[in-house]
Amino acid sequence: MLKANIDLRKYKMQIGLTLIFALVILLFIITSPEVFLRPSIYLAYLTTIPFIGIMGLGLTFVLASGEIDLSFASVMAFAGYVCAVMVDLTGSVTVGIIGGLLSGAVIGALNGLFIRKIGIPSIVVTLGMMFLIRGAVNLLSGGLGRSFTFLIGTPWHSILVGKIGGRFPAHALWFLGLAVVLWFILFRHRFGNHVLFSGDNEGAAQMMGINVDWVKIKVFILMGVLAAFAGIIDSFRLLKWWPTMGEGFLLTTFASVFVGGTSMFGGEATILGTFIGAYLIGSLEAGIVAAGLSGFWTRFIYGFLILVAVTIHTVLRKGRGV
Amino acid sequence: MPLVEMKDIHKYFGTVVALRGVDFKVDENEVVGLIGDNGAGKSTLIKILSGVFPPTKGEIYVKGQKIDPRRYSVREAHRLGIETVFQEQALGIKQSIWRNLFLGREPTDRLGFLKVVEARDETHKLMREVLRFRGGGVSPDASVRTLSGGERQGVAIGRAMYFEADLVILDEPTRALSVQEVQKVLNFIRELKRRGKSCVYISHTIANVYAVSDRFVILDRGKVVGEYKREEVSEPELNEILIELHESRAQEELQTDSF
Repeated sequence: MLKANIDLRKYKMQIGLTLIFALVILLFIITSPEVFLRPSIYLAYLTTIPFIGIMGLGLTFVLASGEIDLSFASVMAFAGYVCAVMVDLTGSVTVGIIGGLLSGAVIGALNGLFIRKIGIPSIVVTLGMMFLIRGAVNLLSGGLGRSFTFLIGTPWHSILVGKIGGRFPAHALWFLGLAVVLWFILFRHRFGNHVLFSGDNEGAAQMMGINVDWVKIKVFILMGVLAAFAGIIDSFRLLKWWPTMGEGFLLTTFASVFVGGTSMFGGEATILGTFIGAYLIGSLEAGIVAAGLSGFWTRFIYGFLILVAVTIHTVLRKGRGV
Repeated sequence: MPLVEMKDIHKYFGTVVALRGVDFKVDENEVVGLIGDNGAGKSTLIKILSGVFPPTKGEIYVKGQKIDPRRYSVREAHRLGIETVFQEQALGIKQSIWRNLFLGREPTDRLGFLKVVEARDETHKLMREVLRFRGGGVSPDASVRTLSGGERQGVAIGRAMYFEADLVILDEPTRALSVQEVQKVLNFIRELKRRGKSCVYISHTIANVYAVSDRFVILDRGKVVGEYKREEVSEPELNEILIELHESRAQEELQTDSF
């Protein structure tokens, strides 16, 4: 009994967040029962939310390490483009996927090297990279989209974005699986331990013999690969790629992670919070529109929710160990 | 054979000269008090010895074995039995006590996953048997920021103790501690000595240094300017020496300023 109490207290942030999420859904059910009492809206959430969720997981690592990344939404588009070109060149979807993921890793590594080896703050480097990569995507593609219809009927299509039982989107499971794996990496693996200490007290980590530069470069590589993965599966799902892909995902991803309870100051992060936060932020717009409010309300409510959630997290956080 | 020996150590940070030819040694089962004003080079010397950064010039021997400064690191120092409790404490205050205790030396399986149960149990044992925080009532899962200043120092010292170091270096461990907490730290140094270990103790408070050290080394502006065995000086004499040093330095600076 006592043990259960301790465990509950440790997860009070996540429990509170789940309650808020349940409350929001309840509110939507009351305001628009015709929409929110049917499964199709929830299946739609499972279809659209994993993209910000997967990038949110990467961003959680970046923030835990005490850094920030603004370039991932551009990386999403870049990796989708690289994937399309590689498939065109080689005819192999596998090569396309690997190429796309590698391009994300390379951009992540570049971010990390600029930040740690040249010493430019991450907000500046990744701001530059955000524009640079988006510009590169537009230049390379000539502003034109690409079709991914070659995927129809291939095994990769069903594995990554197929519909299980004809309805349940496979990439919702990929998001769940990645969340579980990355939770273990962050909280139960040596690397995650070094990420948390790099973000908490960089000097201390260095004094205890941890190569903080390398830890953070790896974190940016992880972020790049996850953004690339999101870009590839988004192209796969819609069977097309377009150069403005990912625009509009930047701030919603940040909102998910902050509402989830990850700190901006480094050393404190929650994967479970990001997971719930993504669903919470991702579900708002549809609910607001279904309730008959204008789309203008969406941003207002995002803002309100972020401020309330982050205030609660900050008050609750005092005295909690990871 | 000394436990560690540093010969003709120089350290430059750009154009700033922090150390200019320091010889320093620590014998087996010896407590050395390292004293000097701010900027004398104490912390720099200690960071070189702990592997935080290499000297610009000079040689280091540990247990008679010459150290390659390019390969020397904190990890390597740990392997050779040198543990440092830094002035800045080297703790991540948002992390739990057990994570801090094992930082950089996490018990893991072959894939690098943490053995959390083992790490927690070991931390709990250390806290109960050695550190005795609030009668053992603190959980290993508590974050370090919930601990008092003395307790935080205890985590850092406990880390050195847990890993059975031959030489423990304490850089200003009693700064900002209450009288009672200072006594705990001094007792810890006596305990190390009793266990046959060695210690380098850096402090501004001469009374504390004098209470536990076998030998005193005085640094001033990057050079050793005095070395005394405990039986050679009394505490007031040691104080006198430091005051004179301080005054001569102030005078010199005054003369330089008048140019």
